[in-house]
Amino acid sequence: MPESYVELYFPVFLQVLIAMAVAGGMIGGSYLLGRKVKNRIKDTPYECGITPTGSARGRFSVKFYLVAMLFILFDIEAVFLYPWAVVYRELKLFAFVEMFIFIVLILCGFFYIWKKGALDWSQQERPPEER
Amino acid sequence: MQHLWLIPTLPLAGFLVNGLAGRRASKTFVNAVAIGSVFLAFLWTVKTLFALAPLETPHIERYFTWIASGDLRIGFDFAVDRLSAVMLMVVTGVGLLIHIYAAGYMAHEGGYYRFFAFLNLFMFFMLVLVLAANYLLLFVGWEGVGLCSYLLIGFYFLRKSAADAGKKAFIVNRIGDFGFSLAVFLIFVAFGTLDFGQVFAKAASLPVEHTAGLLTAVCLLLMLGAAGKSAQVPLYVWLPDAMEGPTPVSALIHAATMVTAGVYMVARSATLFTRAPLALDVVALIGLFTAVLAASIGLVQNDIKKVFAYSTVSQLGYMFLGLGAGAFSAGIFHLVTHAFFKALLFLGAGSVIHALSGEQDLRQMGGLRSKIPVTFWTMLCAAVAIAGVPPFSGFYSKDEILLAAHHHAPWMYWVGVITAGMTAFYVFRAMFMAFFGSYRGRAHAHESPLVMTAPLMALAALSLAGGKIDVPRILEPVFPRGEAHHSPALVAISVGAGFAGIALAWLLYVVRPALAGALAERTGFLYRLLYGKYFLDEIYDALVVRPIERVSRVLLWRGMDVGLIDGAVNGAGNRAQGIGGVLRKLQSGYIRSYAVWVLAGAVLMLVTVALAGGGR
Amino acid sequence: MSQYYTATDHFVLVPAIMLALFGCAILLFDFWVFPEPKQRKWLLAFLALGEAFAGYGLWQQHTYIAGQGIAELTAFQGSLVVDGFSLFFNWMFIAAASIVALMSYRYLEVEGEHHGEYYSLILLAQCGMYFLASGADLITLFVGLELMALCFYIMVGFLRSDKRSNEAAMKYLLLGGFSSGFLAYGFSLLYGLSGSTKLSEIGVAIARRDPADPVLLLAMVTTTVGLLFKISAVPFHMWAPDAYEGAPTTVTAYLSVGSKAASIAFLLRIFLGPLASARAAWEPLLVFAAIASLTVGNLAAISQHNIKRLLAYSSISHAGYMLLGLVAGNETGIKGVAVYVLVYTFTNLGVFLVIVALRREGLVGDNIDDLAGLMHKSPGYALLMLICLLSLAGIPPTAGFIGKYYIFLSLIQAGRYVLAAAAALYVAVAIYYYFRIVRSMFMSDAEDAGAMETTFGVRVAAALTGLGTLGIGIFPEPFLRFAGQSLIR
Repeated sequence: MPESYVELYFPVFLQVLIAMAVAGGMIGGSYLLGRKVKNRIKDTPYECGITPTGSARGRFSVKFYLVAMLFILFDIEAVFLYPWAVVYRELKLFAFVEMFIFIVLILCGFFYIWKKGALDWSQQERPPEER
Repeated sequence: MQHLWLIPTLPLAGFLVNGLAGRRASKTFVNAVAIGSVFLAFLWTVKTLFALAPLETPHIERYFTWIASGDLRIGFDFAVDRLSAVMLMVVTGVGLLIHIYAAGYMAHEGGYYRFFAFLNLFMFFMLVLVLAANYLLLFVGWEGVGLCSYLLIGFYFLRKSAADAGKKAFIVNRIGDFGFSLAVFLIFVAFGTLDFGQVFAKAASLPVEHTAGLLTAVCLLLMLGAAGKSAQVPLYVWLPDAMEGPTPVSALIHAATMVTAGVYMVARSATLFTRAPLALDVVALIGLFTAVLAASIGLVQNDIKKVFAYSTVSQLGYMFLGLGAGAFSAGIFHLVTHAFFKALLFLGAGSVIHALSGEQDLRQMGGLRSKIPVTFWTMLCAAVAIAGVPPFSGFYSKDEILLAAHHHAPWMYWVGVITAGMTAFYVFRAMFMAFFGSYRGRAHAHESPLVMTAPLMALAALSLAGGKIDVPRILEPVFPRGEAHHSPALVAISVGAGFAGIALAWLLYVVRPALAGALAERTGFLYRLLYGKYFLDEIYDALVVRPIERVSRVLLWRGMDVGLIDGAVNGAGNRAQGIGGVLRKLQSGYIRSYAVWVLAGAVLMLVTVALAGGGR
Repeated sequence: MSQYYTATDHFVLVPAIMLALFGCAILLFDFWVFPEPKQRKWLLAFLALGEAFAGYGLWQQHTYIAGQGIAELTAFQGSLVVDGFSLFFNWMFIAAASIVALMSYRYLEVEGEHHGEYYSLILLAQCGMYFLASGADLITLFVGLELMALCFYIMVGFLRSDKRSNEAAMKYLLLGGFSSGFLAYGFSLLYGLSGSTKLSEIGVAIARRDPADPVLLLAMVTTTVGLLFKISAVPFHMWAPDAYEGAPTTVTAYLSVGSKAASIAFLLRIFLGPLASARAAWEPLLVFAAIASLTVGNLAAISQHNIKRLLAYSSISHAGYMLLGLVAGNETGIKGVAVYVLVYTFTNLGVFLVIVALRREGLVGDNIDDLAGLMHKSPGYALLMLICLLSLAGIPPTAGFIGKYYIFLSLIQAGRYVLAAAAALYVAVAIYYYFRIVRSMFMSDAEDAGAMETTFGVRVAAALTGLGTLGIGIFPEPFLRFAGQSLIR
């Protein structure tokens, strides 16, 4: 049994050092060994061979972010289904009921955002006085 | 059961009715409720006291347990003994007269119902204070009267000075209340109870040498509380300013009743004070010093109410001198007679002010003797009473105090005598300036209506004959009388000082009016010092008030409020830009800076704990 | 029922189920059953129904525990616990949420942001509070805290077209997340130290450790930081004035009593449970935080013009008093904290209720001058405000006095005279700024003569808070006995 924190965490410390050394070594190595080409074409953003048009700093509709966030939310919730599937045999009916409640709660949220129009791409921006 | 609870509850009911419904009601209705409730309280007091006579031992009524934890029980208990009986009579009796007077005085003022609602609320708290059977309930009344005083001083809220005066009274009283609350906690720690009877019994049963230090601390803190409420040095500065309130308020709260609460409280705690001789000496010294200081300021004031305000401070000092000299009954005696003549002086002053449509400056008065004769004659009664002219009321009570002071320490007697001379001087100076000579003002003077003069006459009778009420004898069951100190020579000296004061005032303000101005010029520095009230207000302001306000502003580190206010001052053009700038900074900068504070706090705590080594 | 979900588990969970169920139901009913704006009162009714069901569940727990004569009832393998403590706080949450909902209806109409979500957020936040008061497991407590906090982030920013509200929500969210990070870090260290997330097991493991263990100290400090942030104690209070000022007033009310009470419950659970043995280490920290809170809260409140901001600073100072009860640490002290929180709940709700009632078209009502002449306009509300302010200042015979009384008493019993004197001194300071409001109400003339429009709900809420504040002050006995039961150890 290690006696002090220094002993206890020494391996961790070592691993941190090695990780940093490896990362630093790779970047440094490629910098030293790599061939450096620098011209306008090389510096353009890579877009599958298509010549980029316009500035990359365009404005996106807020809906884009909204849908992205909602996607992540439901995506994460789906993650819970995996461990559930693993322990299902052990927990039997309890697991079923539990997951059923979980899904119902998610559905509540889903209906809510649906009805509130968060998923509606085509909906026009409402004028502010309607709020 | 005598249903003591009815006494304070009646004015409370008056407050609720007037406060909630008074705005839509007629003045007659408001009058009937306000005066009626106090009148009923007075009647019930009289009835109760007759039923309880002779009241050799306290009559206690326990209504219900308020707080109980372990052995401690604090109840909603009322008690009445002879001391509270005297106070009850003064509060309800004088209070009733002042209520009646106020109906006339305030007849043309705005916020009529509000005034009477607060006045009734004040009566409620004052009666709770007097009837309380433990320190905590007394504290309820104590804070309550402070609240009402604050509201009533600021009654003419449109005048900035009135608002400031209310604020000042409030701040100064906070200091006193802080002392009082600490005292109450200390009593609780020491005796495990707050009930008067039990505390005094325990204090009396313990040997003096065990408790002397503790009791001295308790009594000094109690005295700090009393100094705040009863306007003693160093906390007296609020009372003269409190005269910004309507005159009936000055008479009721700032002369007859509330300001005497400190005297009552100290007398109530007599058992503790007699076991702490040092504290008792402090009481006497503070009282004496206050008496001289305030009387000397009163000599040169030109505002009629200010003169009487300093007189009140000075007379309260007398009462504390009496208490401190161990003559508790003499102190209470003076409290009673003072309630009569000082209420009368204020009400009379109010009548003068009323007659002159708001003029308060003595220099703008003069020759009013024939124009408002009733006011003059009644005020004269009060003046001779306060000057200690035998055989009027002030003579008896002041004499008791001075004799006790002589017995305690002869030099105190002599200072007291000088003060008595000054008292007679400033009161008669005010009388002569207002009523003698020729009229210097412009307003048309007219006598006040009967509703105002009737209370004046009643109080005049009490001022003249009140000395015949032998309060010390009434209080004998509470404060056993020691050996009587009779000394005709000493009495003669103090009476002589009074007459000398009157004579000097007569000389300076009636016979040779030019002399007063010349004297003021000859003694330029002294005069300015007195006229400027020793500049204590300015000193307090610089030493206490400003630093606290500065700290408050500094503590608002980010200065949002300050920034917006400054922007407003700098003009509209800058302002829009300024606010925009502030908002922009808020969006990006401030959350980060808040987070830095959180982080800094966390690091600070971590470092502290690490240095302390986990508290080992 | 199975071994994973026993009858006891269900019994303990019923109030939370009711709160969550009705919370979700209101969310759906808002567009499904009652889509018309005029039908929103049904949503309020549903909220009341949810509270009633939750209250019934709570009452059953109450009678069961009293009937069986047991100290506590544990569920979910010790993750949840029902004892006098949790019951006391949960009753308080029901009262707070109901009163807030009652005063919200008209206010939201005036603000033009009346949405059904509001009521469901109230219930869901209360659901989080339920877990904070009854949780006995780090994960349960943390999830409860985040559930409550997330609801509050949304509610603080509920006025979507008001910049101040948006700004407040953003600040609260970012700083809240920051502090939750501290808390989660502390919890993970606690777990690392003990190998368990159960409070009782952590307590045993910590008691066995060297009190100067640096990891233990780090765990304790980070946990303390997270908890102190939630109760807005100095130096982690910076969010409070902004959040209080910007949030809709009803939400400020809920935030100031609900969130604070739940966080205090949480704090007591942690400090008197797992960290009890490390008292020597955390006590100085709490003394520092308490005194700093009293100082900053009281002194900064003096120069405020906005009542909501003033009350934010006042609430910071009240957090200081509550911490002092914990510092004293004796039976009286813990009882004192419980009483204090109860008193504070009713009193503060009363003050906010008056501000809410003032709000109408064209009058925000959160400036001290807006209260001018309230006595003329509606003496009843002026009286309520007076009583509540006296109570906040701790003047007898109002309830606030009882709270302060027990805190002072506990400090004296613990021999901490200096702290008691400092606390008493700050009472004197506090009265000053409370009375500024009083003076404005009673002594000034109304700047506009417009009468206050109130609804039945607001009047009921006013009566409840007024009765609570005066009632606890004059007849404190039953409440004290109740708070005495809530003692943890």
